[in-house]
Amino acid sequence: MTPNTSIDLDDLYQDIILDHYKHPRHAAKLTPEEALVDEENPTCGDQILLTLDLEDGCVTNVRYAAHGCAISVASASMMSELLTGKPEAEARQLIQDFVAVMKGEKDLDPELGDVVALEGVKKFPLRIKCATMSWHALLHALEKRKAEGVME
Amino acid sequence: MGRMKVKMKRDFEETVAGFDIDAIRADFPILSERVHGEKPLVYLDNAATTQKPACVLTAIEKYYRTANSNVHRALHELAARATEGYEGARASVARFIGAPTPESIVFTRGTTESINLVAHGWGRGNIGRGDEILLTEMEHHSNLVPWQMLARAVGAELRFVPMLDDGTLDLDAYAKLLGPRTKLVAVTQMSNVLGTINPIKSMVAQARAQGALFLVDAAQSVPHMAVDVQDLDCDFLAFSGHKMCAPTGIGALYIRPSVVDRLEPFMGGGEMILKVQLEESTWAEPPHRFEAGTPNIAGAFGLAAAIDYLESVGMDRIRDHEQALTAYALDRLREVPGLTLFGTARERGGAISFALGDVHPHDVAQFVDREGVAIRAGHHCAQPLMRRLGVHATSRASLYLYNTEAEVDALVAALRKTLEFFGDDT
Repeated sequence: MTPNTSIDLDDLYQDIILDHYKHPRHAAKLTPEEALVDEENPTCGDQILLTLDLEDGCVTNVRYAAHGCAISVASASMMSELLTGKPEAEARQLIQDFVAVMKGEKDLDPELGDVVALEGVKKFPLRIKCATMSWHALLHALEKRKAEGVME
Repeated sequence: MGRMKVKMKRDFEETVAGFDIDAIRADFPILSERVHGEKPLVYLDNAATTQKPACVLTAIEKYYRTANSNVHRALHELAARATEGYEGARASVARFIGAPTPESIVFTRGTTESINLVAHGWGRGNIGRGDEILLTEMEHHSNLVPWQMLARAVGAELRFVPMLDDGTLDLDAYAKLLGPRTKLVAVTQMSNVLGTINPIKSMVAQARAQGALFLVDAAQSVPHMAVDVQDLDCDFLAFSGHKMCAPTGIGALYIRPSVVDRLEPFMGGGEMILKVQLEESTWAEPPHRFEAGTPNIAGAFGLAAAIDYLESVGMDRIRDHEQALTAYALDRLREVPGLTLFGTARERGGAISFALGDVHPHDVAQFVDREGVAIRAGHHCAQPLMRRLGVHATSRASLYLYNTEAEVDALVAALRKTLEFFGDDT
């Protein structure tokens, strides 16, 4: 019975989100074998295959194949733009911050670029997982890549 | 009170004849809710759960106001009222699904618990290494996972009847898969994703010829069509109250009387015992043997009222209405550009899955919600079926007795708007 009138769907589907959804940056055709991580959102069946490299301690060559809704695909696209080239520690911090923003625990840094458009998602609790799935996937990929480096 | 109202309504309907949709809608208070400000609610998520008529709400309240007490134990007047209502509900369920005796009905939390009860209570003692459990590709997780757990525990094998492209079961394959090792067949009577109605009666006959028991997942069928367990000749039949106008947390399991002695209790505790000593106990007679702990008494009162209500409308009339409305909905949905329907079985109910071009089902559901239309998006607890269909998720509209052609029109209009919004501009 919560009145929902103040929540506008336009917050969820801003033009910039639709643009990333229709033209996802750094998207690639990946097979599960080529991907470092293969994650699914069990509540809706969304899936992301993702891989990346670590060069001189920086995140590079982020590529992913995302099957999902506009929010999940746009979020993966925006994330790939934001995190490419970032030192690993900074990338981890940005992921942590983004997840905290989605939980409503802090505000998004308005200087972060396109990602700022995703802030409206937190008004739609059922969609927060759509926005955060790719960020968790990238974090896991980072850990895998790092573990490989240690083994070498 | 609730009953009286239903009875009056029945008389009214009989004089009017046919199916009075306006009167039915007026029985469901929530249907006059408005959402997102001023939009009338168009509730098309009935395969997930259904709305409750006022007589069911009244029955639950009446229990708490006038009969609240624990069942079967105390000797006071309220306990007698509670027990009478609870056991009366059992008799209502038995009558509703054609069970031979009220004692063949066990109250559970719902279909999932009913199936788990059979998997544990019957499966652990009657299925062993190398035995086969035959399921289908279109099962809900609640009719898959309990059998996976059982198979893992006892070393049994799972087999699956494949689905044809039209959303019906491959019955030739079914005949071939049945064999002397098949101990149990467990099949949904109506797919919660595709609406397909499976030919349970003939499937049971084939299974019996091989000596296998048969469990029917009737979560989607009992609410929407007349079901008779003795006609089907099945051994177990499971369904949930909340998908048939009753509250959540109450459901039932039918157990054929001739197999009940092969079941061990599922849970231990109060209510299900005869004599308890420190080291061991003996069990109460069925069905109480399978109902440990204080049951959902209010839920049983609500379920009885829901059954009275559905019977007063008439299950055949409900089925006729839903068939006509489903045919209308399929025709209208086919007019939407780029819309793909999943499942084209002739024998079907009102669960309709579709894809709207490339628009993800989550975006579809979110967008039509703004128009006041409630549908479901996702895998519908049927991930293997999604893989069989080659999709990650579908959008699903599912109909019930209170839905109208105007509501189908509202869905179609909302889908067209969704297409315009996400439309291809690449």
